[in-house]
Amino acid sequence: MALDSSSVPTAAPSKLVKAATSETRIARLTLIVVALGFVVLFLLLPLATVFIEAFRNGPVEFATTLRDPETFSAIRLTLIVAAIAVPLNLVFGVAAAWAIAKFEFKGKAFLTTLIDLPFSVSPVISGLVFVLLFGANSALGPFLQKYGIHILFAVPGLVLATVFVTFPFVARELIPLMQEQGTSDEEAALSLGATGWQTFWHVTLPNIKWGLLYGVLLCNARAMGEFGAVSVVSGHIRGQTNTMPLQVEILYNEYNFVAAFAVATVLALLALVTLVLKTALELRYSDEIAASRRH
Amino acid sequence: MEVRVQNIRKEFGRFPALDDVSLDIRSGELIALLGPSGSGKTTLLRLIAGLESPTDGTIFFGAEDASRKSVQQRNIGFVFQHYALFRHMTVLDNVSFGLKVRPSSRRPPAAEIRRRALDLLELVQLSGLEKRYPAQLSGGQRQRVALARAMAVEPNVLLLDEPFGALDAQVRKELRRWLREIHDRTGHTTVFVTHDQEEALELADRVVVMSKGAIEQVGTPDEIYDQPVSPFVYGFIGQSNCLNVTLSRGEIWLEDRPIGLRAANEPDGAATLYFRPHDIELIDGCGGCLAGLVTASRRVAGTRHLELDLGKAHPSVEIELPPERASSTDHTRVAFRPTKWKLFRKDGDVAAAPQLVEAPASELARTGT
Ligand SMILES: Nc1ncnc2c1ncn2[C@@H]1O[C@H](COP(=O)(O)OP(=O)(O)O)[C@@H](O)[C@H]1O
Ligand SMILES: [Mg+2]
Repeated sequence: MALDSSSVPTAAPSKLVKAATSETRIARLTLIVVALGFVVLFLLLPLATVFIEAFRNGPVEFATTLRDPETFSAIRLTLIVAAIAVPLNLVFGVAAAWAIAKFEFKGKAFLTTLIDLPFSVSPVISGLVFVLLFGANSALGPFLQKYGIHILFAVPGLVLATVFVTFPFVARELIPLMQEQGTSDEEAALSLGATGWQTFWHVTLPNIKWGLLYGVLLCNARAMGEFGAVSVVSGHIRGQTNTMPLQVEILYNEYNFVAAFAVATVLALLALVTLVLKTALELRYSDEIAASRRH
Repeated sequence: MEVRVQNIRKEFGRFPALDDVSLDIRSGELIALLGPSGSGKTTLLRLIAGLESPTDGTIFFGAEDASRKSVQQRNIGFVFQHYALFRHMTVLDNVSFGLKVRPSSRRPPAAEIRRRALDLLELVQLSGLEKRYPAQLSGGQRQRVALARAMAVEPNVLLLDEPFGALDAQVRKELRRWLREIHDRTGHTTVFVTHDQEEALELADRVVVMSKGAIEQVGTPDEIYDQPVSPFVYGFIGQSNCLNVTLSRGEIWLEDRPIGLRAANEPDGAATLYFRPHDIELIDGCGGCLAGLVTASRRVAGTRHLELDLGKAHPSVEIELPPERASSTDHTRVAFRPTKWKLFRKDGDVAAAPQLVEAPASELARTGT
């Protein structure tokens, strides 16, 4: 390699000089204790309570409550709703992030604000919007009734409410990432003769895959846990339109604490699995993630 | 392939980044677009590539009108300012990309793609690094991968945007020579953008000097340096002095003294005199010359640079002398006369004639004696 002649001299920092970022021991200890205390008090303790309550009467009782057909149906419904809502928001999030990060168009700032709307509006309002849109007294109501289309108090309503509430997650994760990466990779691919689809598949998607994955995991966690909006459109029909969070509430209100907490553990476990998955992926691919952020 | 740019205009919003630009690029030549930042070099390059579409005008590839063709159809090679390598692909995959994405009817077999990519990596002196990722390469190595990737599709024209802009001075110089070699070996028609005049003059067959969205001059490095056609080129390329003078009956005057230069057949009036620091001769007795007090003296390699004060009303003037000539002067007062110079007419009433079609400043006389 005749052309290579770069060696970086490394300056050895003097040991005598105190590093600018070093704190005193006390300051460091205090910070750690405060942070840990907060995590234990507000995160670990409640989580532990959920598990302790669920197993209060032993594992047998825990297992029986979960085998209850209504509870079983709630778990199934939650998974179905998430399985529809998350892919929809995956597609929407990529499309919106692409449009915002890579194109200049009128109303871009407005669209960016609009994407945040579900975060700033109370979930209950989000649910009510769909009641007003599709309810019996709405403009669409008679039409839906005539053709026997059930949206409210049925799976479509639950999916719509969930999509609405969770749609910022993927887009939010991707927009800054795509803006930072710019368009030159795509332009390079196009200039080499790649079609739009090839460019997306071979260049854009690999560049954003980690951001996309985080977005999807967060979106999924929220889709399974959503309560407010779903509660408004569900109608609380037992064994039919109750998702897990709604089922927890019903059981709790019936003073069936063990069952309520048992369902809650399943919900918490799903969240934990998501977290573990994310961490595992981060560990496994840390080099690649670092490389895709750098450059 | 020959590329002809005809009357191209490009507006961003209402702002014209390029205004009525025409340029003929000959087949196989290495041509530089040179100009200060913001002069429209990148825009012109992107228009040729098809990454941008012109507001007005036409671009021909050979005899074909390429203006309506997409970037894919134009089959160009583009090297981006920051390389734009695909970071999740190895060096080999980066270089093969253009061949791999071809429709199956035009795609060479996998073994052939691999062989061609490896050949190119050898050409750019990166053999053995084909399994690396871009993040594991130095700046100069990335630059060469980007070039190999662009050449892999056998482009009609190779377009490079500030190819050495992000590298340190040492690597820059080496790569510059190396790019010239590659060009001579492969013969691709090549356009490269730079704001570094040394780079343009050393490397290119022809140089296109741009300013404010227009082409000021096109010519060989010698023509550009020795015969600048406008005050801008005179000032932008190399060192130059400029003095406000007046013309009277064919003679050039600095304030109330003739300076010993004649410009016959020119109407009287104000003008600007341009000359280079090394195009001067020292004069002993001053019967018509420029004379000034030495305010600074610097030794630069093989020459001595003197800074002269010609009087309050004028900017200081720099001249270059062989060191022995400089020491034989009395060090305080120097009399000299430009040997090569050029007059540009002051455009007193530019405002009244807003369009600059008639050359920005009319040329008066070519050279002195
Ligand atoms: N995409 C764009 N949108 C708006 N203005 C642009 C865009 N690209 C370039 N310009 C403007 O056009 C002018 C020329 O830019 P450019 O061709 O990049 O100059 P150079 O490469 O010579 O530095 C600049 O004033 C720049 O601000
Ligand atoms: Mg530029």
